[in-house]
Parts: sequence; C-alpha cells; structure tokens
Amino acid sequence: MDEQIMKISSSPHIRDKETTTNIMGKVIVALCPAAIFGIYNFGIRALIIYCITIISCMIFEGLFQKITGRRVTVLDLSAALTGLLLAMNLPPDVPYWIPVIGSFFAIVVVKQLFGGLGQNFMNPALGARCFLLISFTGIMTSFSYDAVTMATPLAELKAGERVDVVSMFLGTIPGTIGETSAFALIIGGLFLILLGVVNYRIPVFYIGTFALLIIIYAMAIGRGFDISYLLAHLSGGGLMLGAFFMATDYVTSPITNTGKIIFGIFLGVMTFLFRIFGGSAEGVSYAIIIGNLLVPLIEKVTVPKSFGKGAVKRES
Amino acid sequence: MGVLTFFGGIHPYDGKDISKDKEIVDYLPKGECVYPLSQHIGTPAVPIVKKGDEVLVGQKIAEAGGFVSANIHSGVSGTVKAIETRMTVSGNKVNSIIIDNDGKFTEMDFSKNIKPLESMYREDVKEAIKEAGIVGMGGAGFPTHVKLSPKNENDIDTIIVNGAECEPYLTSDYRRMIETPGKLIAGLQIVVNLFDNAKGIIAVEDNKPDAIRLLKEMTADIDNITVNAVKTKYPQGAERQLIFANTGREINSSMLPADAGCIVHNVDTIIAIYNAIIEGRPLYERIVTVTGDAVEDTANFSVRLGTNIRELIDAVGGFNIKDPAKIISGGPMMGKALFTLDAPIVKGSSALLCFREDVVSDLTPSNCIRCGRCVEVCPGRVMPNRLADMAEHGDIDGFFKYEGMECCECGCCSYVCPAKRHLTQIISSTRKQVLADRKR
Repeated sequence: MDEQIMKISSSPHIRDKETTTNIMGKVIVALCPAAIFGIYNFGIRALIIYCITIISCMIFEGLFQKITGRRVTVLDLSAALTGLLLAMNLPPDVPYWIPVIGSFFAIVVVKQLFGGLGQNFMNPALGARCFLLISFTGIMTSFSYDAVTMATPLAELKAGERVDVVSMFLGTIPGTIGETSAFALIIGGLFLILLGVVNYRIPVFYIGTFALLIIIYAMAIGRGFDISYLLAHLSGGGLMLGAFFMATDYVTSPITNTGKIIFGIFLGVMTFLFRIFGGSAEGVSYAIIIGNLLVPLIEKVTVPKSFGKGAVKRES
Repeated sequence: MGVLTFFGGIHPYDGKDISKDKEIVDYLPKGECVYPLSQHIGTPAVPIVKKGDEVLVGQKIAEAGGFVSANIHSGVSGTVKAIETRMTVSGNKVNSIIIDNDGKFTEMDFSKNIKPLESMYREDVKEAIKEAGIVGMGGAGFPTHVKLSPKNENDIDTIIVNGAECEPYLTSDYRRMIETPGKLIAGLQIVVNLFDNAKGIIAVEDNKPDAIRLLKEMTADIDNITVNAVKTKYPQGAERQLIFANTGREINSSMLPADAGCIVHNVDTIIAIYNAIIEGRPLYERIVTVTGDAVEDTANFSVRLGTNIRELIDAVGGFNIKDPAKIISGGPMMGKALFTLDAPIVKGSSALLCFREDVVSDLTPSNCIRCGRCVEVCPGRVMPNRLADMAEHGDIDGFFKYEGMECCECGCCSYVCPAKRHLTQIISSTRKQVLADRKR
C-alpha cells in the first residue's frame, strides 16, 4: 500500500516570513545613511574602524559559541549589527586596538556570558562604549576634526559658547563616527518605524521628554524660549543615534507599549540630568544603560491586563 | 463607529481564492463509513445498534451518553459491520460504529419528524435539536442543546452567527452564506425565538462583501436580525473576540458567552438546526472545504459524516504531487496535522487542507529577541514570550500569575515570531497539563 509519509506538527501550520536575521538586516540598512556619512565626514579611518568592529564582533561570537559548544549563530547578523553600532559610537581617531577590545567586551562580556542573543541585560555596543569611556577616558574623549583637535559642539554649548546648529543637524562636526548627523539618523529611524521594525513610542517619548525639559530649563535660567539652544541639544551628543537605534534595542527595552512609554520618559529625564548637571557634556549612553537595568522592573509593573479580566457574569 | 474589531490579531495570506467560487457539491461516500462515538465535547455516545443491523440514512445509531453529549446518526444506508476502535483525525483511537455502505442511500421517512413550527414550544425545539445530534460545527463540538439551555435565559440578548470564517483557506461558511442564505436566516430566527429578549446578529468578515450585501438585503425587513461587517483579521471568529467586536463585552476564559448575554453559533450549526426543525433531518452531513496546493482541484463538498478522508481527496482528483508534505484537518492556524488519511469526517471537520510543502517542521527555533510581536498580536492580551519561558522551566505558578490560562491557542504568537519559537505549542501543552491536573 502506498502510504504517504506526512509531516506532523502542532498548529499553526503557517508562519510569517519575518526572521531575526531579516530584522537585524533592516536595522543595518537603516544605519547606513549615518554610517556612510561617518566615512564622508571622517575619512577612511572610519571605514577601517567599521571593518575592525564588525569582523571582530563576528569572530568573537563565533569563537565563544564554538568553544562553549553552542550552535554558532554568527550569520544571524546580530553580531554584525553590534559591531556597526559600536564603531558608530567610537571617535574616529582611536588606535585600532580600541575597537577590538570594545568588540570583545560587547560580545563576550555583555552578550555571550549572559546567555547570548536576547539574554543580555544591557545594549552590548553601549556597554562596550561605556567600558571604553571609563577605561580609556583620554582616548575616548579626544575628538579632532579636519586634523584639528577640538571640543564637540555639545561641550562648547555646555561651556556657554555659541554653536552652529545647521552643521550640527547635518553632521559636519566633530564627534563619534556615527552620531554626528542627526539628519541621516532621523531618516534611518523613520525608515525603521515605517517598516514596523521599531515602535515609535520609545524615540518619541524619549526625545519629547528631553526636549520639554530643555525648554523648561532654558526658560528657568533666563534664556527664554531659545529654539537654537533646543535644536543644538537635540542634534548633538548622539541623542538621535541613542533614541532611534540604541534605546529601541528589543532585548534591552520593555516589551509592552506602556513600558516603552515609561522607558522613553525615563531616558529623557536621565539624559537631561546627565547633560545639564553631570560632569560630561554627554549623557545619552549612560542614560540608556541605566534605563536598560530598569527594564525588568518596568516590565513587572506594566504587565498588560488580559482580555476579559475582571469581567462580571450576568446573572438574573 | 469604526469597523467592528478586537485587540491584537494577524493578517496571514488567506488562500481563499482557490476555492471560494466552487459551488457546494454533494459527495456520496463509496466505501464504509466510520462513526466515532466521541465527536463532541462531553460523554461519548452509546451505540444503540449492533453488528449485523440494517440502518438507513438518518437513522440514530448511538444515543447521547448524558446531558453534555450528542446523538449520532448514520449518513448512509447499509449494515453495521463492527463496533471497534478506529483512528480519528486527532490521532486518538476511539470506539466507533462501522457501517458497510450499500450505496443506495435509502433514507428514513423524515416527514414524521416535522411539526409545524407554530405548534412547537421552546422545549420542543430544543428537544428536536438534541434529538438531531447537533453540536457546534466550527470544530469545538459543544452540544448545541446545552448551549441553548443557559441558566440565565432571560439575560440572553444576542445570538451571534459566526460567519467570520477567519481561518485562511476555508470557504465552507462563505458558500453556505451565499448559496443558502434563506436557510441561515430562518435557522437563526428559530434560535432567536427561543429567548424572550434576544436579537440575532450575523457577523461576517468584510472580505466577503457579496455575502454581507446578500444577507443585508434579505434581512432588511426583519427587525430582530442584523448583519454586521467585522474587520478581516485572524482570529475574528474566535468566540470571545467575536462577542467583543459585536457587543463590546469582554469575557475571560472561565466564563461562557452566556455570562455576557450571548450565544455564538457557527454557520453550519445554524443550517443543521434549520434542517432538523424544518426538514426533520438529523445531522448526518456537513460541509467540508478540500483545498491547498497539493490537490488537483479544490471543492466545497457537502459530505456524509463518516466518509473516509482519502475518498474526499480522490474526489478532487487526488494529489498533484507524489508526497504532499502535510495534510491538515481544519484551517492552517488551528487545524490538526494528519498522519493518516484513513480517518472519517466527523461533525467538527471543516476542511482538508493539503500542502505541498511544510514550512513549520524544518524551522529551527532560535533565542527570543524580545521584539514584542507576540505581545502585540495576542488577542488574549497575555505575554506569550514570558509564558513560554515559564512553561519551559516548569514554573506553573508563574504561568498562572501571568494568565497563561487565558490563552485561546489561536496561534498568532507562533505565526509572527521571528525567532520561529513554537510559542503556541509550548503554552498549550502546559495548559493541557494544568487542566488535566485539575481534573485529577
């Protein structure tokens, strides 16, 4: 008898085409405008640093998985994405061993030691950036532009100097490789939101809260409603990179919509406090990392109400 | 007011085009027919025939084994060949009555079952429905007479006919609605009249505008029946979601629709009620969509219960590929994959879906990236990712705390998961375990 051999599995029997690799790929594409602008702005060094971080992130991930006997998932693009983000968070003049150490910290310490993809408690690229900032402060805070070492506009702003808002928005300023062009980052961020990869709530509430606090602060210190001060704060210091690409990292942000709103507001407040009252001009990285640590707590208080919970029976 | 809808849900490829224009065709079985004694929720039925007995089409062969149970009637005429265990679509071996089909389809005299509707009391109608062995034909198989006897009869204000047909590929309800709308409306009228305060709603997904238009025209001067277009979104036809979309009332998993003043019936169930009350015919046939890319042709068959599944595949010309990867009884979202074609059509079999390729069994699940898609689409508003983690770690307390029992196993979370985790499967097996432990 010609008995067919049929496959058995539990329902559902159809699946959406979206995969983890696809999602990672879309984020990488969305980062491209800003990443390419980084090469335009800082030259070939930027490109070399991209290569170093991406390749070393993938190698560290593969090696760790090989050594610990796990399934090697280097090709899911998540390590490549971490590498790209890390490079975008480094100053263009760092010696080439810095990105290697950063990649090791991001992939091995922050990601793999905690269980790999989806298990890290903070954003690997940001974790590595903060690690490097603390360990190699001099290297990590020295910015040059057109071969002249200078302060970032945000630092100038903090020192009370005037800054050129237009070049800050376009990105023709010193800074880390991928953070300078607010314009390119916003384009990439909108692309992700329109594709449905990223939920609008985190960036909108993050940037919104921060902007509101800056407006209030400017009024309070007697600057009045100073639009160029506000725009300089919004364009500078990696806020757009952080809000669209780092804070929205699935793994380290709340999963529920209410949680995303709370998270966004928290980041806005923290970034404001760090920038205005902190020792350094920047605050995005630390704000997001501290936010990452609070995610389990936020999720605990934002469990959605299940359908029909508390419904009352009609009884005559 | 916007389009009637619910929270969450997905929009899978609907695949209905390949069978939606196929008119309903009667299919008469050639071989033996098998009647599992348990094709409904509740106590199995008890055989009232024995080996060697002659039976006619429509003859009662097994009697309800309790209040929550249902009679079973033969769909063919012939001789009782055996009463033995046979495989069903769910893969269980169930005690079944096997009838040797004589191919004559000699019918009983149904006219003696018919009473003028005006002379029937409500209890008579319910009794006739019970006698006809009618159960919910959307798949759950809950005995209809039980559904129609809620404790709070006066609170029932809405009878909803589930014409959503939200499962991809299925077209049987659609065919019923456009081919025999009169029977559907008359059947609904019978049910509505069982309650003092009830009105009827026929809820149809807005991807079937012709059915909506037709039903609206035909109910234009009927005061107590309305036709609602509901948003095309899976699982619009899930009972709780359908009630919410049409009435705004929420019920949880521990409640019955009657607790919200509603009773929901499948289209084919209403047709069965019509057949039982107006034509005196018990439930011995149902409509089955045979479809998918692995069969030569597609069809919407009116099939005698007990028909062998292999016969129906042959009736559309067989498979167009040597080894179809997967045959599903029901829709692709909640249907059951078959490992044998030698199982009978039962009261809850809505479709046979044949796929050349199976997208699921080759998938390798990877780590959850916490993208939140499952939470976004979950119509039960629970957190599938977290429930699945708890289920995998055997954390039953956590599973309860995060409302794992509210899952309706619709499959949306598995469908959207980019990491291809089998979320529905993990959660539903834990639910079943919990339910089994409770019974113990």
